[in-house]
Amino acid sequence: MDPQRGDENPHTPAPTLWPVGFAVGIACIFVGLIVGPIVVVVGAVLTALFGLLWVRDISAPHRAGAAEPEPVPTAPPIPAHRGEAAMPEPGEGELIRFPRSKFLEFSTLGLGGVIGGIVTLPILGFTILPPFIKQGHPEIDVGPLDDFPENKFVITTFLLNPKDGEVSRRTAYIRNNGLLNGVPSFTALSNRCAHLGCPVQVNGLPLDDQKKTENGVDLIPTAAAAGFGCPCHGGQYDSEGNRTAGPPVRALDRYEFRIKNGRLLLGKTYSVSEVDGSGADAKIHSYPLAGPGQHVDGIEAVLYPIQPPR
Amino acid sequence: MARRPPGRREQIIKMMLYPLDWLEERSGLVGAVRYFLFRKVPGDISWGHTLGSASLTAFIVQAVTGVILAMYYKPDPNSAYESIRHITDDLTLGWLVRGMHKWGASVFIILMFLHMGRVFLYGAYKYPRELNWIIGVLILVLGMMEGFFGYLLPWDETAYWATVVGVNLQATGPFVGPFLGDILRGGSEIGPDTLARFYSLHMLVLPGAIAGLIILHLYLVIRLGVTSPPWSPTAAGKVQPGPPPPPRAGLVEPRPRGARLR
Repeated sequence: MDPQRGDENPHTPAPTLWPVGFAVGIACIFVGLIVGPIVVVVGAVLTALFGLLWVRDISAPHRAGAAEPEPVPTAPPIPAHRGEAAMPEPGEGELIRFPRSKFLEFSTLGLGGVIGGIVTLPILGFTILPPFIKQGHPEIDVGPLDDFPENKFVITTFLLNPKDGEVSRRTAYIRNNGLLNGVPSFTALSNRCAHLGCPVQVNGLPLDDQKKTENGVDLIPTAAAAGFGCPCHGGQYDSEGNRTAGPPVRALDRYEFRIKNGRLLLGKTYSVSEVDGSGADAKIHSYPLAGPGQHVDGIEAVLYPIQPPR
Repeated sequence: MARRPPGRREQIIKMMLYPLDWLEERSGLVGAVRYFLFRKVPGDISWGHTLGSASLTAFIVQAVTGVILAMYYKPDPNSAYESIRHITDDLTLGWLVRGMHKWGASVFIILMFLHMGRVFLYGAYKYPRELNWIIGVLILVLGMMEGFFGYLLPWDETAYWATVVGVNLQATGPFVGPFLGDILRGGSEIGPDTLARFYSLHMLVLPGAIAGLIILHLYLVIRLGVTSPPWSPTAAGKVQPGPPPPPRAGLVEPRPRGARLR
């Protein structure tokens, strides 16, 4: 026989009713805290009395010294290959039966799998899907056209998603290019560096004293800006957003814009590989929005074939 | 044969040990702890072998201080920075516990690297301990992810832009990179969900995973035993001069108290 841990006889004390009285005593004490001190005293006496009796009962075998364990009749265990078979072998001409143990095994695994799947799928969906669904932002009203002087960049900060609060504040560098064929033309650059997303800064003097604030949109005109520079890793861009030096892999992203009731509205962002020309005549090589550091043209663009929905 | 009534002293000892006996009989835990603490290790191990325990201690310090910091930290873009300032400046000893968590993070990583170096130089990753090396590397990776996700939580300019760069770096990975970036951010832009997501990963998902892997790691350490240094004359695989060594050579033999070294 295998050696067993512990004794043959469990150390369970004989059943006793004293704990009931003990519990009544405790309850009495609590009731007494509300009703009055006499009840507390009664409860304490009951608790002490029944507690004592209870302890007396459980400690009785120890105090008497452990009794000789009664001899337990032992018999050799029946080996598995002897005795009656749990399931007799199928007889001659009998169909092969599907044993119950197999059935239980398959049904346990199958049902467990189904239940697990039902529970897991929605959780998995909730874990993965929200970042890809209902993305994007509403159109942003950055103010009347008159606030944007011609051929000067205006540092424009605004809330991308007003309901998210200040955490969604973004910056665009907006330049009024004057009229092209009678239609106002703007250059609206995102300040997200095309290297790893740090905020690029104007290489020029912001005119803080001319700052305008309206509806949570800050407008700071700049003196003539000689392009943009990134503080993190030194990427440099010209005033069209073309990369001129440093690690960025493409030009600065741009905002789509439209004009409504004499006000400038910013729409979606798109990526730009490079810009030919400048100002209103610039030819922009545009692509769907890609993350910073991701090539949109050239051989490296094959590394980023699919962009998540924006 | 009649039993001799137990003496008073024996009775008292038995009473004092009764809770342990009670626990052992119902769980076997006392024996398990004894087995863990009094297991045999090679006689020529050194302080280098304590780096694993030191890493574990650093992890426990991170866990305990982190739990306490979580009682005051608010993972919300509007209040995260202020709650960190509150912990550091207003609460009694808050600066100390936050400092322990902040510097302890580096200590944890450094100790893991030292531990890894010791295991590598001693060749302790070789058969049959390859799996434990792999588990250890996973713990190291998860530990560094802890650092990445925890770095955002102070929610100051450094934290914010370091995370912007870090996430965008992940997003430049080929093919799946852009999707990975969106999953980390909780969307195409950093927003209120990003901070809460990083907080959850930092304090629930990763510590749980690390704790589970540590248990596996320790299980294998106990199961496979501790390696001797490669220069040990009793290390496994060494050709022993003279008669074959006794079967337990290289292990410390327990000897009665007061016995002399042979």
